[in-house]
Amino acid sequence: MAAAQAGDQRAYTRVLNDSVALIRAVARRQGVAVDALDDVVQETLLTVHRVRHTFDPSRSYDAWLSAIAARRAIDLLRSHGRREHREVHDEFAMDTHADREDASTGTLRQQEAERLRKAIETLPPGQREAVEQLGLKERSLAEAAERTGRNTGALKVNLHRALKTLRDRLHGES
Amino acid sequence: MSDAARHEALIDALGAELTPVRRLLPPWRRALGWLAVVAVIAVALFVRYGAGTMLHRWEAAPDLGVAACGAVLTAITGALASFMLAVPGRSVKWAWLPVPSAVLWIGASGLGCLRAHIPGMPVLNMHAANDCLVFIITFSIPLSGLLIWLLRRACPLRPVLTAVTVGLASAAASASLLEICHNFDAAATDLFMHAVAVAIVIGANALMGGRLLSKV
Repeated sequence: MAAAQAGDQRAYTRVLNDSVALIRAVARRQGVAVDALDDVVQETLLTVHRVRHTFDPSRSYDAWLSAIAARRAIDLLRSHGRREHREVHDEFAMDTHADREDASTGTLRQQEAERLRKAIETLPPGQREAVEQLGLKERSLAEAAERTGRNTGALKVNLHRALKTLRDRLHGES
Repeated sequence: MSDAARHEALIDALGAELTPVRRLLPPWRRALGWLAVVAVIAVALFVRYGAGTMLHRWEAAPDLGVAACGAVLTAITGALASFMLAVPGRSVKWAWLPVPSAVLWIGASGLGCLRAHIPGMPVLNMHAANDCLVFIITFSIPLSGLLIWLLRRACPLRPVLTAVTVGLASAAASASLLEICHNFDAAATDLFMHAVAVAIVIGANALMGGRLLSKV
């Protein structure tokens, strides 16, 4: 990681690849369900990338990584808890009042599309560009890179961040 | 995309945008930076008010001197604890570091209530006690703000706990600064106002500072 802090890409990808197993183990210990472990891995990797300057090479990398992974695991457990609390699981209601296409469904869809469009508009320029090129216009990475003049790595990261921001925003509103 | 491939894609993407970073200074050096700002304000207050009144109070009532030392120590240990807590992997036990000095500060201040009045010094009235409240809060706002700003460059994984130590450090620093220009005998109303001010500063930090730090 010390080499990665200095900008060594190979050392960085190696240390991140080696970190996945430990992140999963930490998340498991925190009580994260097996099917959600990989979400914790993704969030932890993004946090590690953002705060890599806080690692002190004279101290343990595993302790540093474990602390971040444990935090992200707790965040995920909390957000799942909140979502489950809001969602209604009433099978009887589902059977007797199944969704039917009515006048309000169309309006609702329109409103949702409008909300998504507005949320995309408020994204930072780089993230918005990635969503527009890769998500809405369905261009390939190479095409999008050519059009925007960014490299494919940056586009992928921007798309990932944009999706996270949108997910957070739309879940936060609903 | 399988999960392993998803991770690999993200790792490749993060690798592609890797840039060298400037490592964070050790927590004690970052704490020293904040304490240096407090020290500059203290020097300015000494230049303006002199040390005479403060020394007279301490001579007549040593417990006030002990309380002031407790406040200074709490500011130092509180700042150090905040910077320690903001680095991932550091023990959460650092949060206990300012506790003994805070007990000394608050305990010695409380004893002041039981002491006889210092001859020749005016007893504080309610109006002046309010000034103490305003002084502590007014100084705590920029000191907390600066500390939170410095901490945001790190990664406080326990934002609310870190914000509480931030509040304690800035309230203690403000109380220490107040000691320099405080020309009243410490009466019960005064100590009560100090306690209220410290509680407000810590509470406000826990509420707002926690949010600011959790966005990191």
